[in-house]
Amino acid sequence: MLELKNIEYTVEGEKEIIRGVNLNIGEGFIAITGPNGGGKSTLAKIIAGIIKPTSGQIIFDGVDITDMSVTDRAKAGISYAFQTPVKFKGITVKDLLTLAAGKDTSVSEACNILSEVGLCARDYINREVNASLSGGELKRIEIAMIIARQTKLSIFDEPEAGIDLWSFNSLIKVFEKLHNKINGSILIISHQERILNIADQIIVITDGKITNVGSKDEVWPGLMNERACSALTEKL
Amino acid sequence: MVYKMDIITKNLLAEIADIHETPEGAYNIRANGKLQSRNTTANIDIVTKTDKPGIDIIIAPGTKNESVHIPVIISETGLTDLVYNDFYIGENADVVIVAGCGIHNCGDQDSGHDGIHTFHVGKGAKVKYIEKHYGEADGTGENIMNPTTIVEMEEDSYLEMETTQIKGIDSTKRVTKGVVKDRATFIVKEKIMTHGVQYAETEFDVALDGEDSSTNVVSRSVARGKSKQKFLAAISGNNKCSGHSECDAILMDEAVVTAIPELTAANVDAALVHEAAIGKIAGEQLIKLMTLGLTEEEAEEEIVNGFLK
Repeated sequence: MLELKNIEYTVEGEKEIIRGVNLNIGEGFIAITGPNGGGKSTLAKIIAGIIKPTSGQIIFDGVDITDMSVTDRAKAGISYAFQTPVKFKGITVKDLLTLAAGKDTSVSEACNILSEVGLCARDYINREVNASLSGGELKRIEIAMIIARQTKLSIFDEPEAGIDLWSFNSLIKVFEKLHNKINGSILIISHQERILNIADQIIVITDGKITNVGSKDEVWPGLMNERACSALTEKL
Repeated sequence: MVYKMDIITKNLLAEIADIHETPEGAYNIRANGKLQSRNTTANIDIVTKTDKPGIDIIIAPGTKNESVHIPVIISETGLTDLVYNDFYIGENADVVIVAGCGIHNCGDQDSGHDGIHTFHVGKGAKVKYIEKHYGEADGTGENIMNPTTIVEMEEDSYLEMETTQIKGIDSTKRVTKGVVKDRATFIVKEKIMTHGVQYAETEFDVALDGEDSSTNVVSRSVARGKSKQKFLAAISGNNKCSGHSECDAILMDEAVVTAIPELTAANVDAALVHEAAIGKIAGEQLIKLMTLGLTEEEAEEEIVNGFLK
């Protein structure tokens, strides 16, 4: 479904953030993990078209989308939930869900989506998506937009951050339900073991490179060692 | 000719007062400097002034859930209309007042409307005042509006003023003055969008004279093209009171926005705050909407419309 061919991304001519990533993503749950600053979010932004790679090729559903705009990629079937949700002034939750769905969304449709992410719909539907909402609320609305879009590829950048009060099980149910509906790929950037547990494939990115790919059983022990090492280094 | 006039009048009325047919309740429709139609109710009287152009709107004490519409329409080019409208709102009344001016300038001469509205808000009265300014033009003549609003608020009264100028006014200078007595509250919500080479200046001057009086003056504006806007907000805290003013502007193209706060605290218990934020649309807002499938232009429109909603 999604193929990355030798993707490179260099900033200011010197420091490489993404260094020659080759990746083939099929249907199902794919988790991207690895240390902070390793290039996970950058890679997600490259797929969504927000960052243009220095070199390389991106193929989506057999079409070369490397030079496609963010808008065209969204229309082609790529959704991207930001790690830090964007705040607006005057734009309501219902407005965003309507834009995400690409059609007029009825109150009951919007309510159903909001319930899925654990928000009591009636309280939120006409709320402005501004600083009056907490980080956790904004994060759930961000996820709700992806549910409304129902595209072939959905990318979630650390969806678990800031939603501690909402159970992980509910979040995982959201992903499973979405997967059943779209029959496509769900790409989740996460550090959480419980999210990695549901992944069909885990990709580890360190220092801008893919350092490991495999099932959870194959990848997890290596990750634990890395984490233990870095935790130990920090302490020293 | 008469038919065309009707259509224009209808359109303007729909734009400024959401009036599609004859409004309910009390109303006074003024077209091209003359009274076109009027209705009064048992509690709301409208009387033509004898000493100068304009009307007195007298709302009986205790009037509840009634509305008054007083739109002004100008569809002749080269006409400058000056009116004085005085509102007397009786004690403990709770009413909605809808004013507004629509200009359709089809010629090459300037058309203008200068409305001077004075509100005498009685003790404990509650008023929602909605005012909308709109202009359209087929010719080269300019549409000019200079509204002045004077608000005198008695004890425990509340007035919320919603003022909107979205389209077609080439030049405007708005002056709003308020004197607020004990426990009274004066709220202003202003929305302005300018484009082309338009100029909009708004000046607020609120005196919080009463104990526990309060005001909140909020302006949201979008400046496009080569338009210019100036926002002045003066609040004087002369007693134990709270005052807040806010200017929040989206700047586009080559537009210029100036925000000038003037807070004067003359009492140690006066709490006054001003906030101003002027800047272009945040890039991340555009990108977020583009990831939902909107083009950059559509995203921009959506953000501006939401901002001014």
